[in-house]
Amino acid sequence: MTTHPTTGPGPDFSSERGEKASPERADVLGGDFGSFDDHHPPAQELLDDCVHCGFCLPTCPTYALWGEEMDSPRGRIYLMEMAAKGEIPLEGAFTTHIDRCLGCMACVTACPSGVQYDRLLEATRPQIERHVTRTRADRWFREAIFTLFPYKRRLRAASIGGALYQKLRPKSMDKLMARVPQRFERLVAMESLLPPVRVRDAFARIAPRTPAVGPRRGRVGLLTGCVQDVFFHPVNEATVRVLAAEGWDVIAPREQACCGALGLHAGREAEAAERAKKLIATFERADVDTIATNVAGCGSSMKEYGELLADDPQWAERASAFAAKVRDISEIVDETLADPRARRHPIEAKVVYHDACHLGHAQKIRSEPRRVLRAIPGVELTELPESEICCGSAGIYNMLQPEAAGDLGRRKADNIRGTGADVLVTANPGCLLQIRKYLDGELPMLHPIQLIDASIRGVRPPEMG
Amino acid sequence: MVDAQMVREFTDLLSENGVITDEVGLRSYECDGLTGFRQVPALVVLPRDAEEVAGAVRLCAKYGMPFVARGAGTGLSGGAMPVADGVVISLQKLRRILEIDVENRRAVLEPGVYNLEISKAAAPYGLYYAPDPSSQQVCTIGGNVAENSGGAHCLKYGFTTNHVLEMEVVLADGSVVTLGGPTGEQAGPDLRGLFIGSEGTLGVATSVTVRLLQTPQSVRTVLADFPSIEAAGDTVGDIVDAAIIPAAVEMMDSLAMEASEAATGAGLTVDSPAALIIELDGPSDEVEAEFEQLTAICERHGATRLHVPQEAEERQKVWKGRKAAFAAVGRISPDYIVQDGVVPRTRLAEVLTRIADMGRDAGLRVANVFHAGDGNLHPLVLYSEAAGEHDAAEKLSTDIAELCVELGGSLSGEHGIGTDKACSMPAMFSSDDLAVMHRVRLAFDPDSRCNPGKLFPTPRLCGERPGKYQPHPLEEAGVIERL
Repeated sequence: MTTHPTTGPGPDFSSERGEKASPERADVLGGDFGSFDDHHPPAQELLDDCVHCGFCLPTCPTYALWGEEMDSPRGRIYLMEMAAKGEIPLEGAFTTHIDRCLGCMACVTACPSGVQYDRLLEATRPQIERHVTRTRADRWFREAIFTLFPYKRRLRAASIGGALYQKLRPKSMDKLMARVPQRFERLVAMESLLPPVRVRDAFARIAPRTPAVGPRRGRVGLLTGCVQDVFFHPVNEATVRVLAAEGWDVIAPREQACCGALGLHAGREAEAAERAKKLIATFERADVDTIATNVAGCGSSMKEYGELLADDPQWAERASAFAAKVRDISEIVDETLADPRARRHPIEAKVVYHDACHLGHAQKIRSEPRRVLRAIPGVELTELPESEICCGSAGIYNMLQPEAAGDLGRRKADNIRGTGADVLVTANPGCLLQIRKYLDGELPMLHPIQLIDASIRGVRPPEMG
Repeated sequence: MVDAQMVREFTDLLSENGVITDEVGLRSYECDGLTGFRQVPALVVLPRDAEEVAGAVRLCAKYGMPFVARGAGTGLSGGAMPVADGVVISLQKLRRILEIDVENRRAVLEPGVYNLEISKAAAPYGLYYAPDPSSQQVCTIGGNVAENSGGAHCLKYGFTTNHVLEMEVVLADGSVVTLGGPTGEQAGPDLRGLFIGSEGTLGVATSVTVRLLQTPQSVRTVLADFPSIEAAGDTVGDIVDAAIIPAAVEMMDSLAMEASEAATGAGLTVDSPAALIIELDGPSDEVEAEFEQLTAICERHGATRLHVPQEAEERQKVWKGRKAAFAAVGRISPDYIVQDGVVPRTRLAEVLTRIADMGRDAGLRVANVFHAGDGNLHPLVLYSEAAGEHDAAEKLSTDIAELCVELGGSLSGEHGIGTDKACSMPAMFSSDDLAVMHRVRLAFDPDSRCNPGKLFPTPRLCGERPGKYQPHPLEEAGVIERL
């Protein structure tokens, strides 16, 4: 039965789909949290904050695509309410609609009532991971992602294969990929996201210690990231150069591993917590004043370590202390604009800045990257229509939900094209991979720090001739 | 009731993605912006163009199914609440702007286009769409037509009905008719005017041609704080007496400002008893001259602060503070009811004093945000469901609406009657008035299958208690279930 004792018999949806409730689920349903278990279910107070006004609808990517209530923030909160009352099970439709959420948090920005959808989603996803048995193919695919992406060494190894594959990839491969049956569409999506890999970049390492140029402002620890370091190594190099030029000693501990963001955003809470602890310990040893990241997704989850480890008495305080030191690179550079050390050389270019959701919506960092870009003489910054709508990357979303991600990617690409900009900049490797797929070769795509770096060094930015 | 054959026909017409039959999906459509009324529909369909809408309506006719057209579902009177055993026709896939005719200053829109999108699309041509409901970022033009929506700037520019030229409408039998015409003035009875504000009871609009206005040469806005609600009310009276027609005159009280400031940081003074947001627009010299007069009137009534935003961005911030106010109240109260009534402008101070007294008697807080220029009130009754204050709040809210009628006003300014206030209609209209409305409705929809149960009082609804959702005692006991 899927009904909750206090609300009386409701329709048993699970049986209609021919599924049986597992024995653990029967226990779960007897609790006070409806279909959720008692480990941090979505909090009732947070659910109550939603007044069903609908202001979130226009900026929700899936609502923009399909216009369906249950694939909107308001609808998903409604579903969470029903699950919290035990009126619907987690399997089936509930999981489908929560899985389809990109977690872009545009709704958090749009909400006038202050609904913390980010916290609701982060509470809901682990519940699904714990209680819903996914199909074998789905399980296998998810495991494959989490066995590869958070590991730099494995990514490097994969990059050799990737580079080789790209060199040898016959033209007929496109045709072949187009004929791959529907059920393998996720693999096709993964294949097409592969960036042009340069093995030399993939194996390059950031120096563990780079001294400040001139008088010191302080000591910054740099998260080098996983995908960022292997596929976008030049971004890390540019970050180190800019920080040093602006007066920071840059510490990049060799032993640092994945921050756990990818897993956290997919509901793999325990795994994320373990990774967080390791990273906290690493940076404690590095003894830094500030922890810098140039990846929007990583920054957003590192700033939340305090909440992630709140229940662990050994780690709660250390996690909060760590989180308080985390800054996105654009925040750090922005703070130096009042007293810049490094002269900027002009770059004459029309630049369009794409807000990564985990920077704009999750961290509310919108004006900083724009200010640091405007500080480059010659840069004409232009705004993107529908800038609040996700590009479809959303962590691992473009691999798990390739169809929706494709529609969003094409929509973003059209908007970017319409600006007539010379270069696109965005602060997240996921966005770069996703947008590149739909705008390949049409215009250079960079991380903002690469533009700043080029301006400080007085050279042409990479890819811009 | 829904049978397999019917679902198959809808699916053939709209594709698999255009028909929702699963219980979880259906339940997410059980209410609109007024969550107190809920009804799970039998079927939700999502046509992609006007032709599919007409096809869906014809299928409803074939099977004798009642239906409700739904836009963004932001309405606050339960107008888009589904009908039992009925079909919801969602127009959220009809979002194309079909034409912007710059020369003739008009736009042709599908019904699902967001109100704000019209002005965004027209902006490059120096044009905009005037009616601006506070929910304009999400409410749709189709919903605006159904409710004859207003907004802050309707004081000077009029309501939706003053800006819609022509509509293509699907009637209950599936026939497609054109109401109005591209030039505005048409011979014969004004069926266009009749349709606008009929709350979905006469048919479904599938395309709407609206008038676009030239963006005013100059806009000046002032946010003025006042030592009392009365002083603010008197200021509004004097502005009108001075023959100034502002584009908008909005009033907020301290409670509303507290909530809105927390949500938007718009720069409202949270401890001020009242504030007016007054906007003038038009030719520069006219605006400048009137603006001077206007600030003098504010000062004469003891304005404690005059904030004049200089940049467009700053002005938008002030407006955001006003427009986000309803939803922002969720920050200072666990539950609240948004009321919508109209009083003659001259009785503003009186009605506000009486509302304050009624709130005190009921032991509940009432926040006020409203279009002061045309006397359209939006009292927000704050309460806590958990503290058992629901019934008192509901009664207070209804009393306030009926007080508006008593003072010579109206039950609704712009949110519509919907499900919420259908029972109060007899307080405002005689039985003969209601009978003639009903006869008109039957002329369009003889079987009453278009949004039945809304707008006109029916015994069944009047037996149910309006307000926030409450499970029926029998439902709680497990004897009955709400589908």
